[in-house]
Amino acid sequence: MKLVTAIVRPEKVNDVLEALYRAEVRGISISRVQGHGGELDRVETYRGMTVKMELSEKVRFEVAVSDDFVQRTIDAFCAGARTGEVGDGKIFVTPLEQAIRIRTGEVDQGAVTPVVK
Amino acid sequence: MSVLAVARISTGDTAWMLAATALVLLMTPALGLFYAGLVRSKNTLNTFMMSIAALAVATIAWAVIGYSLAFDGHAGFVGGLGNALLSGVTFAPREGTQIPQLVFFVFQAAFCIVTTALVSGAVVERMRFGPFLVFSALWSILVYAVMAHWAFGGGWLQAHGTLDFAGGVPVEMGSGFSALAAALVVGARKDYGRQALLPHNAVYVLLGAGLLWFGWFGFNGGSGFSAGRNSVLAFTNTLLAPACTLFVWFLLDLRRERRITAIGAATAIIVGCVGITPAGGYISPAWAMALGALAALPSYGIIVYRPRTRVDETLDVLAAHGMAGFFGILFLGFFAQVSWNGVSDGAAYGNLHQLAWQAIAAGAAPVYAFGATFVLLSVMARFTALRATPHEEALGMDVVQHGEEAYATGEGAILVSTEAGIDAPVPAVPS
Repeated sequence: MKLVTAIVRPEKVNDVLEALYRAEVRGISISRVQGHGGELDRVETYRGMTVKMELSEKVRFEVAVSDDFVQRTIDAFCAGARTGEVGDGKIFVTPLEQAIRIRTGEVDQGAVTPVVK
Repeated sequence: MSVLAVARISTGDTAWMLAATALVLLMTPALGLFYAGLVRSKNTLNTFMMSIAALAVATIAWAVIGYSLAFDGHAGFVGGLGNALLSGVTFAPREGTQIPQLVFFVFQAAFCIVTTALVSGAVVERMRFGPFLVFSALWSILVYAVMAHWAFGGGWLQAHGTLDFAGGVPVEMGSGFSALAAALVVGARKDYGRQALLPHNAVYVLLGAGLLWFGWFGFNGGSGFSAGRNSVLAFTNTLLAPACTLFVWFLLDLRRERRITAIGAATAIIVGCVGITPAGGYISPAWAMALGALAALPSYGIIVYRPRTRVDETLDVLAAHGMAGFFGILFLGFFAQVSWNGVSDGAAYGNLHQLAWQAIAAGAAPVYAFGATFVLLSVMARFTALRATPHEEALGMDVVQHGEEAYATGEGAILVSTEAGIDAPVPAVPS
């Protein structure tokens, strides 16, 4: 089991969701974050004040997957989020010790496998 | 001569028209707020700025040439250049009114501004700001001023007896059918039909609609150019008709979605105000209520149908303005009553001639507005890119076109410079 964390551009979120859906990866959480990854600064102007936006808006995906699913999750993120410009984001894969589905008490493999109805 | 001219001014009429003008002017920022709430948050400022832009460019174009083309002389198609650069626009009354022509000019200018801003609803979230400025200036002259001449300035429609109290022809059908042409030439947003593109703030939409309704009391109530009977009638009808549209819209929403929606309500207010615009000073309050109720139906139909097409007429200017204006102009042809308006009866009261000329106006206005706007934007597209690149569209027009955000957090923002040029940092705690 792995936790795949991906930081992507907000404007690519829908593309990523589509790619994940096609790769049959279900069960995701997303959050809006701000960060800096070496992209060019954005300059804005407010009433005679010029400011450099060092932090840019990003969206963080968190997906817990079984080992078989890791590679296709990564591929889906790359396919959905890549523009080729600096600032496309990162993917981090970390080992996951335990996962529990609260409703049923299922653990690990059972807990990260989506419910099919 | 000038003393005599000044003597024919009515101070009562003038006082009301000054106030009415300010009410109409409020409609443009109100429209900006309404539109800004309907787009995604990353395009809030750009959308609002398109309305604000009309305050600048349409005013200037109107003063330089637009007013003259609309209101100088009685030629059939377009007015002359006698009032260009405001020449001859003075304290003397405008013919047919008892208000100074200066007041008449500024009242009509406010109409031109808000109509120009209306068209932006078709192209938000993708059109570049620079080309939009050029488009607004040219549109206000080539489309609005010409149609205003037809309906208000002694042009062919007015000369043949078409009744248009506050602008069903130039304002509502003018903006609505131009919006359709603009949407076709500029093209759909890149994600249109692929992703859900949702309104980001329904409160702005409701507040904008409410302020528009408020301003509309000046828009319709001032279109008699006096504090006389037609103005009073139009003012009253501006409450009655939209209220009925709103209620019928509730019922339509209930039937279709089983819930009454806020964005639907805001749209209904606009549709009702638009519907009564051409008819306000000509039909009885009872017929105004009927007009408001019935005007909901065709506009609702278009709003439900349009998103199923490939036409990204983004904020439904055609449904809310074009269609409702078309409906109002025709309705008045049936139900105008000389006992209420002192001018003419409609077909239901035995005057088929009136209905015929209302129908001709309802046919000619869409054709001219659509055709002229289509040609204007197509020619502009030869010289410049009308829309932003897909990447810029994805980033949002606020950051790309204006270098600002509507909802900046300020986190991670580093001060580069101020215009005051303060180099040494200001101590946070005075020592």
